[in-house]
Amino acid sequence: MPFLVDCPHCGPREATEFVYGGEVMKRPTGRPPSRRELSSYLYFRENTPGPQREWWFHASGCGRWLIANRDTRKGAVLATEAAGGAEGS
Amino acid sequence: MSGRRLPEGPGELIRRGREIGFTFDGRVRRGLDGDTIGSALAANGPRVLSRSFKYHRPRGLFCCSGQCPNCLVEVNGSPGVRACTEPLREGMRVRHLNAWPSLSFDAMRAVDRVGRPFTPPGFYYKTFMRPRRLWPLYERGLRRAAGLGRLEGEPTERRTRADHRSRHADVLVVGGGRAGLEAAIEEVEQGRDVVLADEGPALGGRMLWEGSHVEAARLAERVAALGVELLSPAAALGWFDGLVPVWQGGLLHRIRPDRLVVATGAIPQPLSFPGNDLPGVMLSDGALRLATLYAVRPGHRAVVYTIDDEGVDAALRLDAAGIEVAAVIDTRPAEETAGSAERLAERGIELIGGSTLRRAHGRAGVTAVTVTSLHSGRVPGPTARRIECDLVAVSGGRAPAASLLMQAGARATYRESTGTFVPTELPAGVRGAGSVMGEEAPGSGPIPAGAEGRDDGRCFVCLCEDVTAKDVGAAVAEGFDSIELAKRYLTATMGPCQGRMCQLPTARSIARETGTDAGEIGTTTARPPIAAVPLGVIAGRQHEPGSRSALDAQHRRLGAEMDWAGIWRRAYEYEGAGAEALHVHREAGLIDVSPLGKFLVQGPDAAGFLDRVYPNRLSTLEPMRIRYGVLVTEAGRIMDDGTVCRLDDETFYVTTTTGGSAAVLQWLRWWLAEWGLEVRITDLTGALGAMNLAGPRSRDALAPLTAMDVGAEAFPYLHARTGRVAGVECLVLRLGFVGELGYEIHTPSVHAGHLWRTILASDETDVRPAGLEAQRILRLEKQHLIPSQDTDSESTPYGAALPWIVKLDKEHDFLGRWSLERAAEANPAEKLVGFTAPRDQAVEEGSAVVVDGAPAGRVTSCRVSDVLEQTVGLAWVPPDLAEEGAQFGISSNGTVLRATVTTSPFYDPEGDRQRA
Repeated sequence: MPFLVDCPHCGPREATEFVYGGEVMKRPTGRPPSRRELSSYLYFRENTPGPQREWWFHASGCGRWLIANRDTRKGAVLATEAAGGAEGS
Repeated sequence: MSGRRLPEGPGELIRRGREIGFTFDGRVRRGLDGDTIGSALAANGPRVLSRSFKYHRPRGLFCCSGQCPNCLVEVNGSPGVRACTEPLREGMRVRHLNAWPSLSFDAMRAVDRVGRPFTPPGFYYKTFMRPRRLWPLYERGLRRAAGLGRLEGEPTERRTRADHRSRHADVLVVGGGRAGLEAAIEEVEQGRDVVLADEGPALGGRMLWEGSHVEAARLAERVAALGVELLSPAAALGWFDGLVPVWQGGLLHRIRPDRLVVATGAIPQPLSFPGNDLPGVMLSDGALRLATLYAVRPGHRAVVYTIDDEGVDAALRLDAAGIEVAAVIDTRPAEETAGSAERLAERGIELIGGSTLRRAHGRAGVTAVTVTSLHSGRVPGPTARRIECDLVAVSGGRAPAASLLMQAGARATYRESTGTFVPTELPAGVRGAGSVMGEEAPGSGPIPAGAEGRDDGRCFVCLCEDVTAKDVGAAVAEGFDSIELAKRYLTATMGPCQGRMCQLPTARSIARETGTDAGEIGTTTARPPIAAVPLGVIAGRQHEPGSRSALDAQHRRLGAEMDWAGIWRRAYEYEGAGAEALHVHREAGLIDVSPLGKFLVQGPDAAGFLDRVYPNRLSTLEPMRIRYGVLVTEAGRIMDDGTVCRLDDETFYVTTTTGGSAAVLQWLRWWLAEWGLEVRITDLTGALGAMNLAGPRSRDALAPLTAMDVGAEAFPYLHARTGRVAGVECLVLRLGFVGELGYEIHTPSVHAGHLWRTILASDETDVRPAGLEAQRILRLEKQHLIPSQDTDSESTPYGAALPWIVKLDKEHDFLGRWSLERAAEANPAEKLVGFTAPRDQAVEEGSAVVVDGAPAGRVTSCRVSDVLEQTVGLAWVPPDLAEEGAQFGISSNGTVLRATVTTSPFYDPEGDRQRA
């Protein structure tokens, strides 16, 4: 993973400092999901060839989660944002 | 010193009078400080340094710049070292590679003499295929014959250790020749942070041996004075999406430059002619390096074979260094070389224009060459001339060393005027400087048609892999007519030089066979690493983080046997795990539980947050009360377990397993980030030490040390208290994984040792330390599972006999709820149960559960319990066996043992002792 991730808290760092948390998914809320909705939430990913929103955890840094917009074809992170809540701010 | 050392000359790198001793194949040799292994051997040693890969033909120094395979040797037990660039050091043990029994008599040379019909191109796909059953025999022979050296010692032994260093720079300049040094000066003068890496013996590149060493030194000094970080000698290994690793001895610099300047120059190219692999045939550049930098005579009488003025210049430099030049053979027509001929004539050197070197003669080294006119056809005719010589200096033009640029995304474009591929369409942030961009040298041009041929089989186009022009012809005839196919079939360009010396000759050779030009044939893909690098350098040091408990010094003082448990160094046992566990049941024991994950979860939303991450209810927990909790994934699978203690309305103290703490912290913070709640999590794992005081007499041990009322009524089970114990502030939790009365005492790490010693010194009771192994026995007696030992990625709380931990009647959503609802309806495919077996039946963890002779489950934990006088364990079994008293078999060492299911804890099943 030889690319940089611009941590909103620490600045640009090597991707090796981070743990990948997967695509940003919409968690089923409200009414109970159907079997299909649940299994697609648990086991299926978009795997977009191009920019996609992803979770990254700065394990060797601030220990916080961030959301990165990464181009999966180039392996380059285009933009990052702090994730919400007191922990993200 | 030997007669092959030249008189002192300008720009030499050796320090005369400072001798260095080393051995080559066991014989003591001497070189000079500043020598490379190769130059020292060239001055004073055998001319043949190695045997070729396939035919075991003798090979001598060729490029003298670390590019070609000819001087690979073993140094101090490490194979694959390039002798021509490796600095000589005192006491080095140098050995040849690839010849048996000795370098001068190589039995495998028979492959070249008689075996050639059996080693056609792609022979490994053809010759050794039948009969199939003999393949193991063939393989053994082939492995012995091929390859480049063998490793000494155990394969697991690490011999190379390098540190990794990350470096961000405004500009990285790769190559320290004129163009690189000038680029570095230009960049640093703009106020940029510049790193320059160069792989040569000194900065200056070609200036060092082409008469400009004074200027090279001046430029190098200037670059250093301006504050450029110089890495020299150091090799850039490739382009990895903007990261350029640079290897410098025991250090790998992981450099990420904002901009990259590639000034890697151009690589002198060989020409193919019969006998072009004989020792004594060298690149003119290599011969000059040897003569100028190390003052070693590359030969006594030289013939220079060139396609351009560079060879003419080389002839004049060799002459100036005191080497007799018999003639210069120039492929250019006589009318183009008049000026050169004049310059050479002044030194009495004959230029033979419009000619080609038709053949180099000799067996263990070149002794003469035959020259023919390019117009007289392929066969040496009446115009053929024979010239005696022991050195053929070849100058076949230069090919841009553009691998790094290609990897970064540049295109290789064929330039007809020089017959080379030059980089074009460079990506943003990357620039090339100097001859890597294909600057045309005066008088340079492509190799004229007819100068190179096939002739017999001795025209080598790829020295590394012993591929001849004839082999290329055969491959093309078999249909492998594209360069990528021919490469894979012939293995040409796949050897140690990685195409530097053979990419163009191979392309030209294919072009001749297919009747096109090299531009049509194209190049193979440039892949990293560019330079040969030991895997140990890439691996770096093993960074295995080790954690020690706050009580580590106490364990060692007590003489505990220490053991690794995950990243933690734990006290395994003190005087015997069985006795320690028994003492806990009879009296009292003290167990270090500091490695547990310990987190403070605080904030107005803390209670709601915990309700959403745990399947049970925690918002209803009263302050200073404790509840057990299991974390599950969204798929409803058990992730970790631990306890939650509410300290006040908005503050919870959460513990996790030792191994799961990092993952749990990551998990909890993830959901906080997702939900954006007002909660903060503080990791106290290292800040607090913790110990479990357990046993029927633990209350008696604790009471005298504290003013707190620790009586059964004032401080009942699953309650918490804060206060001083032995004078230090503590959080005391009445819980435990042991079937006895117990207190888990948490205190700042600095006080942990004091508290531990004070409790063990109790006058009232005989408190003894109990180790990790005793802890494992004790928890098993209570049937407490350990997540990820007794569970796996398929285990739900329903299968693991923990259905009560899931509260599906919770009014709101929680992690894993949807999956758990479905799991609650389905029958689990297998269930976790306790089992007992006779005490003398040792059962290994991981053994198969056997029902009717077929495997039906597995044992995940098993120990002998002294207090129960039997073997106890946990196993996953089919649901119909998860009934009290059910029987199943366990496969163990070829026999089947009988085990009986027990669904409640083996010890203290009602929990009376624990709640006492």
